[in-house]
This record gives sequence, C-alpha cells and structure tokens, in this order.
Amino acid sequence: MSAVAPSAHSRQVSEMRALIASGKRKQVMFAAVGILCTAFAILVLIAAFLDLLIDGAPRLSWSFLTSFPSRRASEAGILSAWVGSAMVMLVTMFAAVPIGVGAAVYLEEYAKKNWFTDLIEINVTNLAGVPSIVYGLLALGLFIYQFGFGESVLTAGLTLALLILPIVIVSSREALRTVPGHIREAAYSMGATRWQMISDHLLPYSRGGILTGIILGMAEAIGQTAPIITIGALTFIAFLPPPPVSGEFPFLNFSWMMSEFTVLPIQMYNWVSRPDKAFQLNAAAAGVVLLGMTLIMNGLAIYLRYQVRKKIKW
Amino acid sequence: MVSIDPSVSSRGEAPAAGEKLRLKAESRSLDFYYGTFKALKGIKMPIYQNKVTALIGPSGCGKSTFLRCFNRMHDLYPNMRYDGEIRLMPDDVNILAKNVDPIEVRMRIGMVFQKPNPFPKSIYENVVYGLRVRGVTNKAILDEKAERALREAALWNEAKDRLNDIALAMSGGQQQRLCIARALATDPELLLFDEPTSALDPIATASIEELMTQLKERVTILVVTHNMQQAARVSDYTAYMYLGELIEFGETDQIFVKPARKETEDYITGRFG
Repeated sequence: MSAVAPSAHSRQVSEMRALIASGKRKQVMFAAVGILCTAFAILVLIAAFLDLLIDGAPRLSWSFLTSFPSRRASEAGILSAWVGSAMVMLVTMFAAVPIGVGAAVYLEEYAKKNWFTDLIEINVTNLAGVPSIVYGLLALGLFIYQFGFGESVLTAGLTLALLILPIVIVSSREALRTVPGHIREAAYSMGATRWQMISDHLLPYSRGGILTGIILGMAEAIGQTAPIITIGALTFIAFLPPPPVSGEFPFLNFSWMMSEFTVLPIQMYNWVSRPDKAFQLNAAAAGVVLLGMTLIMNGLAIYLRYQVRKKIKW
Repeated sequence: MVSIDPSVSSRGEAPAAGEKLRLKAESRSLDFYYGTFKALKGIKMPIYQNKVTALIGPSGCGKSTFLRCFNRMHDLYPNMRYDGEIRLMPDDVNILAKNVDPIEVRMRIGMVFQKPNPFPKSIYENVVYGLRVRGVTNKAILDEKAERALREAALWNEAKDRLNDIALAMSGGQQQRLCIARALATDPELLLFDEPTSALDPIATASIEELMTQLKERVTILVVTHNMQQAARVSDYTAYMYLGELIEFGETDQIFVKPARKETEDYITGRFG
C-alpha cells in the first residue's frame, strides 16, 4: 500500500526531526535574548531605586513628613511639598477628568467620521508627545499673564491637567471601545437614546479602563518638574495653603487654589542642587516618598482593572 | 396558501379559509442600500398579527438586513439608505419615514439578537431596563412587570431567587430567555428574532422554540433562522429570500410541502444553499 520504501521513509523522518530540532534551538535562543532584555530593564530600575533608598531611608521619619523646609538639613522636611503636590493633583483631577472623558465620549460616540475628526484625533495623539516644558510655557502665557491666575496651585493644576489630557482621552476612548457593539445594539433596541446608552451602559461598563487611564495620567503628572518650574513654583516655602474644607459654612473654600505652593519634585530639585551632602540625602528621601506615591497610584490602577475584568467578561 | 407571488398579497386580505387574518405590518417595495450596494430589492411582504413569520435563505441573502429595517437598527451606522415603506398597523404609519423617530419605532418593536446580549447588570435591572428608559420609576410597577415578563419567558422559576445576581452568571439559554423577557417587559407590538438559537445548544434551542410558539398569542413574531427545521417547527408563514429578493412567501406548510417556485424547493430540499 505504501509507495515509499522503508529506508526512504526513515530518511524522511530523520530530516523532519532535524528540522524540528533546529527550530527549537532558534526558539530557545530567542527566549534567552528576551530574558536578557527584560532583566536589563528591571535591574537598572531596581539599582536606581535601591541607590535612592539607601541614601534616603535614614532620613525618612515622621518629622520629615511633618516639617517645613529649613536651612539646617537635619531639621528640613517635606510637609509643604507633599501637601502642595496633593492639592495640585486635586485640581488636575477635577480639570482633566471631565474634560478628558467628555472629549473621549464625543470623539468615540458623537463625532462623525470625517477629515476634521481625523485632524482632532491626530492632534490629540501628538499632544502626548509634546515636551512638558512646552506646556509650562503655554501655561505661563495663558494662565498667568492672560487669565491672571498667578503662580498658584490653580495654575499648576491646570497645567498638569493639560499635560495629561491626551493620556486620559486616549485611554478613555480605548475603554469605551471595549464595550462590544452587541451591547450598544441591545440598549438601542430597547428604545434608549444615545445619551441613555452612554450613561446607562458605556460609562459604567468602561469605568475600570477610564479610571486606570486617569490614575496613570495622575502618576505621570505628580512627577512633573519642568512645567512647574516654568510657572514659578517656590522652592522654599514655610507655610501651607489654607485648607480646602472648614468647619464653618460654606464648609468649602477655594482660596487655597490661589495660594503659592511647591511640589515634591521641585523640593527635590532644590535640595539636589545644594552643595551640602546632607541636603542631597534629604532629596533622596523625598524621592522615595514620591516614588512611593507613584507606586501606590499604579498599584491602584492595576487593582481596579483587575476588579472590573473579574466582574465583566464580554 | 396565502399567495405565491408576493406582489399578489395585499393589506388586510384574509386568504386562509376560515381564519381571520389581521395585518400587523407590511413592507412595500422596500429597497435597502449599504453605500452603493443594494442589499434588498423591492421586498413586498405582509406580517400577520399573532403569527410567527420566518425568514429563511442562504447566508448573505438579506434576511437579517430586512429584519433590522423593522426597528431601524441600520440608522445606527453611516452610509445606508431605505427606499420604500414598512407600514405598521393599526395606525398605518411608515416606520421608515424620515420624520418618524427611530427611537419611537424601537419602543414599539422589540428585538432579540443572535448572541445573547444581556447587560452586565443584575437580572432584575436587565428586565426593567426598557421600562426605566420609558421613565417608569414606581417600584411596584417595575416589580410586577418584571415578574410577568420573566414568567412569559419561562425564566421566573429559575430567576426568582437570584434577581440581584449579575445576568452574565446565567447559562447561554437562560441569558437568551432573559433577553426575551427584557424585550417583553415593555409590551412590544412586534418582536424581531435574529437567529435567536444559533449560539445555543439543542436543549436551549428547543425551549426558545417552544417559547416562540407560546408567545405568538400575545405578540407578533418575525424570526430570521438559518435552520429550516426550526422555520418548519415554529412558524406559520415563511418567506424565502435570495440575493436580496423575496422569492416566495406563503404558509409554512405550503412552502415546505409544495413550494411554488423551483428555487425555493431547491433550497429547502438541500440541493442548494
């Protein structure tokens, strides 16, 4: 029945085995290269972080977090810096979230597909690549000179909001796009209007992805230095902005927004540029705090994404 | 036999002996275009009240396109155009007219899709969604309508103790019955089924088919199906479509036993398609 002689057959088999073996060798080689690349990236990161930690850890203490900067390195703390960072982030969040999510919903759900929408899309994507110092210059001209917001928390927050808008818009659009077409059709088939479809379905189902984008954007914003220097953050500040909430009516006040401020990266920059070694150790400690804040934010983003993925499977 | 040539049938005509047929909807010389592609060509066909009408034909024949005209689903996508009319009774309104809001059409005509597509919400919220869209907030009314719809969809016994569970936890067949309940809760006049069992196993399929034959007491049904046995089992009328044209429309018994057109016979007997 077989047209192939036994010897010819065994030759075919051994050729096939040689082919498989050479394929496998290439596969192992590629895996090794991949592991090396990954290890290099991670090792550099770990080395940088350990260096920072070894320098900064001895300075980390409760009083470091609760003291104002000082001329004596051992008494200096980052109270004004981390409070400033937190307040700036608050403004950034309240500005970037509605604008970013609104723009994403418009572009994804309302905008007609024409050259103008394409132009907007290309611009939004490109904005993510604009150097951050350019945002600082824009803010200097627009918020400080044009609108007269001053060198304030408000200006810094809005500047960083502009900076992270592309991140928020792009990631929100991607999150909206993951809601499958058959869910949209189900909503429309029930007689829902476009806005009912968006508010009852699209936004709730994509909120994990949207939140992730927002948090990643915030983590990007909190480390920004260049634009904050451009708009004139102070480097030595021994007071806190007025608190946003108070015990008396109307409970909220907004004067903190117009207050002068500093943020963690600026404080670090200031300390690093001093000749005194002790201040450089302070900078390392502040760096550890900043990295910790970023890490917490990223961790939160990953957790939220995981939670939503667990609940909603398409 | 209703009519061999679809152009012969006319509105309100009662051709079947002894049975009073009322027209629920009628498409009149309906053309439909995706861009420049003409997907439907002069479809003229009646839909009788409280009957199940099946649309059969090979893939790409336009049966789903035709079905989706009835709730203006095509309006969600760009570059499409309707030509001709679908008139909905009793008010004899052309639901394809430019001045008729597609949302209003969708409030009157429900739809069940090919793939079960419950919202990732609770079972209860799925069923009452159509009512919420219509502004119903009274909890007693919502509860009552939800229970009735779930009973009609033969899902009440399985769902009553887990109304607050997320709908995606149910089996495929249950999800599809939930989608039927969701569509029934708002009392549609016409219910569209787009290959409702093609994603389901035979047992779930049988339960959906049984449901359809029960539901026609209450609602007129138009169903697209790939499965000819299904059309034979559930429908009262069958339309055979091919390449965007309606080849033959008639009573299901007649279509399957003695089709008038050679093309229909070839398709039904499996020589083609």
